[in-house]
Amino acid sequence: MEQIGIEPGRLQFSWISSAEATKFVDVVKTITEVIRGLGPNQHFVKRLPKVA
Amino acid sequence: MTEYTEKIREISKKLLIDKSVDLIIGFRKGTVPMMNEPCFIKHPDEVGRLVWDSHCGINLANYLPNRKERIGILAKGCDSRNIAIHIVENKIKRNQIKIIGIPCRGMLDKRKIASSVSGEIVEAVEDKATVKVSGNGFSTSFDKQEMLQENCKVCKHRNPVIYDELVAEPVPEQQDVDPYEDVRRIEGLSDSEKRKFFEDLISECIRCYACRNACPLCYCPTCFVDESRPQWVGKSIEPTDTLTFHFLRAYHCAGRCTDCGACERACPVGIRVRQFTKKLNKDCFDLYGWEAGLTIDERPPLDTYRPQDPNDFIK
Repeated sequence: MEQIGIEPGRLQFSWISSAEATKFVDVVKTITEVIRGLGPNQHFVKRLPKVA
Repeated sequence: MTEYTEKIREISKKLLIDKSVDLIIGFRKGTVPMMNEPCFIKHPDEVGRLVWDSHCGINLANYLPNRKERIGILAKGCDSRNIAIHIVENKIKRNQIKIIGIPCRGMLDKRKIASSVSGEIVEAVEDKATVKVSGNGFSTSFDKQEMLQENCKVCKHRNPVIYDELVAEPVPEQQDVDPYEDVRRIEGLSDSEKRKFFEDLISECIRCYACRNACPLCYCPTCFVDESRPQWVGKSIEPTDTLTFHFLRAYHCAGRCTDCGACERACPVGIRVRQFTKKLNKDCFDLYGWEAGLTIDERPPLDTYRPQDPNDFIK
């Protein structure tokens, strides 16, 4: 994805078990921070109105 | 490579006569120059239609999936790798096919030749090192090496990896080529430059899906782009939809693509489709040391789990 111009950090992967509530919270917090830093996504946004 | 023709006919005839195959998949002369057509030969008397020259770029492995007959198939290095992939993916059985291996010296880029002359080419004749094209009022000779398809220039597997018959002695493999030079160049760009690069690359795309249809890997009964419930990707030619189609298709080929160049050859508007698949080929090679289709005894890396698989991307 980075190869076609998605900023590093916008797409992240994490492995969280259903029992790891705290890890889930931590990951969401960190990712939110990173994405806030990157700002709204400008790429992969459709400019044409949806027709079909 | 024209000298292969006789040998191909001879082997095909033998296979058809002793009934070890029901049909031969090969090439016949096309109706326009530099465009040979795939053809199916079912009777020994018809083998005279088979030809071979430097315009047999189409990947014949595309005709194999789910076939029930016993098949004799001509295979260049890349075709044979795609056949190996079909065998691993259970799309055809090894004992069902007879592979007529063809040591390949590279296929010619018809677009490059056509754009190097002024006027319509009506005839193309080749000998060992050159190809001579002629038309109304012109006749030009080109060095074949100069006019190779982009993927053939950087090919490291010219000889078939699996075969039952070989039409000639194996050709020397190219050693000092760097297949991923252009991928590295793109990797070095900034995010916005990468974006620009790929948006420019696909700006001509008309979403005809010829690249998908020509690709031997694309054998799904219903392709994700044709599904409408759910609709995975928009059907417009909006750049986002087009880009989504191209990179998703590339992902489906990850670890399977043999860089045969069928997609680029098929593209009616000349998009360098391989720029998408090559990055994934490179990643597979860097991360897993994997090149697709070299063996029928090993599952591809994206299909298997090994404890030492790289997983730095998981946070």
